[in-house]
Amino acid sequence: MALSALLSLLLLIALIGCGKKEESTEQSTSETPKAATPMDKSQVASVSGMAMFTGAAPKPTKIDMSQDPACKKSGAENMTETVVVDDKGDLANVFVYVKDGLGDRAFEVPKDKVTLDQQGCRYHPHVLGMMAGQTVEIKNDDDTTHNIHPSPKDNKEWNESQPPKGSPLEKNFARQEVLIPVKCNQHPWMKMYIGVVKHPYFAVTGKDGKFTIKDLPPGDYTLAAVHEKFGEQTMKLHVEAKKDVSDQNFTFKAQ
Amino acid sequence: MLLAGSTFVLLVAGALVTSNDAGLAVPDWPTSFGSVYKVPPMVGGVRFEHSHRMVAELIGLLTIVMALWTWRAEPRRWMRRLALGALALVIFQGVLGGTTVLNYLPPAVSSAHATFAQTFFCIAVLMAVFTSRSWVATERLALRDEGTPGLRTLSIVLIIALYAQLVLGAAFRHVWTKLGPTGANRIAGSEIVGTYLLPHVVNAFLVTALLLWVATRVLARYGNVPTLRRPATTLLFLVATQLVLGFGAYLARVEWGRDAAQPHPFMVWSTVAHVVTGAAVLATSVVLAAHVYRNLVSQEQEQLAGDAGKAAAI
Repeated sequence: MALSALLSLLLLIALIGCGKKEESTEQSTSETPKAATPMDKSQVASVSGMAMFTGAAPKPTKIDMSQDPACKKSGAENMTETVVVDDKGDLANVFVYVKDGLGDRAFEVPKDKVTLDQQGCRYHPHVLGMMAGQTVEIKNDDDTTHNIHPSPKDNKEWNESQPPKGSPLEKNFARQEVLIPVKCNQHPWMKMYIGVVKHPYFAVTGKDGKFTIKDLPPGDYTLAAVHEKFGEQTMKLHVEAKKDVSDQNFTFKAQ
Repeated sequence: MLLAGSTFVLLVAGALVTSNDAGLAVPDWPTSFGSVYKVPPMVGGVRFEHSHRMVAELIGLLTIVMALWTWRAEPRRWMRRLALGALALVIFQGVLGGTTVLNYLPPAVSSAHATFAQTFFCIAVLMAVFTSRSWVATERLALRDEGTPGLRTLSIVLIIALYAQLVLGAAFRHVWTKLGPTGANRIAGSEIVGTYLLPHVVNAFLVTALLLWVATRVLARYGNVPTLRRPATTLLFLVATQLVLGFGAYLARVEWGRDAAQPHPFMVWSTVAHVVTGAAVLATSVVLAAHVYRNLVSQEQEQLAGDAGKAAAI
């Protein structure tokens, strides 16, 4: 029995070792990005619309931050952001992106970083869009340690702690994935989502429910809107050269 | 007894980690935030995860002491082997805990960690029973195991059914926590309930029926034997409690907690109580089986003993 336990132990240590090796390999062999497909900027158009909600919207619930005095003292508005909808039905935090229709076009990954801030033991923003390979800078403005833990399906999972007001972490996601849940395992109410796409045609609806996707070349596309609770909706979209498209509205219903 | 009691505390601490969704609050292992000995600020999920690690370290130490003491002082060879087995299991369990942290709580590994935790608890309880005065100082009763199937068979079948129940419960709990609506939201709650919770509920009825069969058989035929009566009575009380707690945990976790922003106290305590009462049911059934095997003689054994007696007389 002792021998089999020892063998199991060695096997597990070997497995852990293998896991570590795989991790370091994945970080060091980043794919060489394809050259961006040339695009005639004079032909592009923008697409705008809204995300709406009909029916009785789930009410935000109060978050209890008493587990951590540093969170409690922040005085932040401690309500959940799972469903943020105003009196007119405008639905915020919906990730809208071109799901299909871009073909094999490749796009340059922006040098600019996107920012994810932890302030008042909450994530800002609640839904973040970025391109695959783009850097997200993660800040901790709180007087407490946070864990940043994305749980992707197609990208590499990681879980790192960040000390109070610590140096920003810089991370990226190699593959398209909508949406990646991110949470803090120290503060279980801290949840947010990242939409990672391989092109720049995405947006997140604001509190007014509105979104705008700029510089889309002419073509036929599938536009998708994804909400963390209400799931995905799609619509077909035809874009003509230099003709902006508006009123591309998505309506989500109570589940 | 001290080891068994401490292990029960460790089960509570471990269950609190999962119920509070704090399994990854300390991201590294075997260190905690890079340190072997420093206690991090015990706030948020760290309070549960690091407490669990500290209690686990204490159990590890106690197990080493127990194994050394058993090896030196225990004349029964099988007891010395059992102590070594317990030590190997506690080491394995520690590594399994670390593995699940380093791999971001894969449900299979987390479920194995939960299952082996209760296995270790049963061994610790058994060692307490085997070294107790009532076990060491009393003679076997050699009562006839009446009925078909006999209690010797039934008590083992009960342990197997309870173990299956433990595996099913752990699988549901860890799949829900990691991939369910309050976790990564990868699998629909209804799908997790159908795949993992439903078998646990169905098996709960089977286990309850089996347990009632075993306990009533014990009480009806051996009610005058305290070492059999006590665990049987305890099992009846525990299974009733466990069914109520299971229903409460279902309501708190699945019905009311599906959209919860964070683990609520009722959800935490109902699920923790369900886990540790389940451990108590398993351990009590193991104790009952130990006493059944010690004091009841199967009909085959009795016949063999009779034949041997006749042969000796001739």
